[in-house]
Amino acid sequence: MNKLSDAGLVIASFRRQSYTWVDALLVLAAVLTFFFAEGYLALAAVVAVMAVFALSLDLAQGYGGVESLGHAAFFGMGAYAASLYALHVSTEPLSGLLVAAVVAGVVGLVSGFAVLRTTGLTQLMLTLAVATLLLELANVAKSVTNGDDGLAGYDISPIFGLFKFDIYGHTAFVYACVVLALIYALLKKLVNSSIGLTAQGIRENPVRMRMLGVTVERRLWVLYTISAAIAGVAGGLSAQINRIVGLDSLSFTLSANVVVMLALGGTGRLYGAFFGAIIFVVLSDRAAALDPTNWLAVLGVVLILIVRYAPDGVAGWVARISGKEGAK
Amino acid sequence: MTIALELRGLSKQFGELKVTRDVNLQLAPGARHALIGPNGAGKSTLVHLITGLLKPSRGQVLLSGRDVTGMASERRVKLGLARTFQINSLFNQLTVGENIGLALSAREGIDSRLFSGVTQSSALMDEAADLLRSLGLLDLAGRSVVSLAYGQRRLIEIALALALKPSVLLLDEPVAGVPSTEGHRLFDLLERLPEDVATLVIEHDMDLVFRFARRITVLVEGAVLVEGSVEEVRSDPRVRAVYLGERTHA
Repeated sequence: MNKLSDAGLVIASFRRQSYTWVDALLVLAAVLTFFFAEGYLALAAVVAVMAVFALSLDLAQGYGGVESLGHAAFFGMGAYAASLYALHVSTEPLSGLLVAAVVAGVVGLVSGFAVLRTTGLTQLMLTLAVATLLLELANVAKSVTNGDDGLAGYDISPIFGLFKFDIYGHTAFVYACVVLALIYALLKKLVNSSIGLTAQGIRENPVRMRMLGVTVERRLWVLYTISAAIAGVAGGLSAQINRIVGLDSLSFTLSANVVVMLALGGTGRLYGAFFGAIIFVVLSDRAAALDPTNWLAVLGVVLILIVRYAPDGVAGWVARISGKEGAK
Repeated sequence: MTIALELRGLSKQFGELKVTRDVNLQLAPGARHALIGPNGAGKSTLVHLITGLLKPSRGQVLLSGRDVTGMASERRVKLGLARTFQINSLFNQLTVGENIGLALSAREGIDSRLFSGVTQSSALMDEAADLLRSLGLLDLAGRSVVSLAYGQRRLIEIALALALKPSVLLLDEPVAGVPSTEGHRLFDLLERLPEDVATLVIEHDMDLVFRFARRITVLVEGAVLVEGSVEEVRSDPRVRAVYLGERTHA
């Protein structure tokens, strides 16, 4: 065997996230929704926003092994940043998303300093504490956030000055889907890069990573900040599409929901975030329509079934039936 | 010549319990040094003190003449220190190739690149292929580590350390738990270690120690009992009494 093919064997041994039939199916689903399910566009936009949010958690948790019960901190800060930006600075949406990403990223950077020094339950509690503190802060700072009433009354300009947000949600849906696709592409690139492999190494064995000379906390810090910025984009999207931001965007419920989404969809494979968001949002909507009082029970049962029969989530199950193992 | 690894009066105390007592040790570049001692002699503690997983109560650790006593583990690694673990400490869910890739990208300082990976460097991929071929593991590059036989995993344990191109290598019981049928490849590997690497092996297997080491330090109750050449240690009655004797009767 010659040297070139030997190196080829090593290169082939790196399991990369590539685009597959699953991605094609998701694009098809989005296109079909746009043309044939006009009445559900608003709901579909929520799915896209939540998929961005779940992707952000997958980067931190699925790849880096950082446990979080407070990811809404970044979603909420992004949402407030985007709405305040629209209210006081500019109604241009893309720069609004950028502001959301930067603000949430800074919150991730600062809180990561404390959160990433710990692991396990302590880490989980610290993430929860950060989100709770920010929620209380938003509640107290009524002059800025409008407290319980939520922040509303801002406008969002047409995207590129061309595509106006319409009442049926066509623009909002396409906007959310394009942002989702861009974030997804970015994350694919990221998890296939050195930092993606390093993150998996840290998730698997942080002590050995140290003994390879890697400053574990610093690498996780980068990852956590990026994850926070992406969660901020999800929050910003939500603020721009819904034109209202409430305290619920920082709530424990939202933090827990995204963890459930990822558990349903599957972690460490990116596309698990899509499955999780679709199942969670659509099921919540349908169950609540059927039984407005007991709809959460339906979610509970589905979660139990998934954990029991597909512990890797839907993405793990898809990877198994297509005979291809994912990142994990 | 600069001494590759030096321990000066290294001591570690947990409360009243003295685990390491005033240990002095010098490894020249290319040294083949074994650290032996009965269970509980403080060998693992000493490794932790050298690698920085534990902070000494007193004394100094020097790498190539540089005091690293207060330095974090990862910085010591960057200065040329590598170790293997007594119990395999690998990235089990990742492939063999990815395991080596992690070590290479860490060594090259490219492990935090956001948009490019170690596979894009053909020189590093050639190096990984050479390393895996020399261990007979090239064909298994795409297998996840967890699916490999125990002996093969022991080889990867050492390969990860070698990929760092260290100047000082600590091998913590490299053949522990490896069946004798699989041991020959490990023995071969240890005999073929790069000549300039100062190597400290902690081992219970006396065949390996006598075959591999040129000098031996015997540690008993945290203190150095004897240090000398293989013959000196072999013939020292104190060593026979506290260590070899025990093993003969075991």
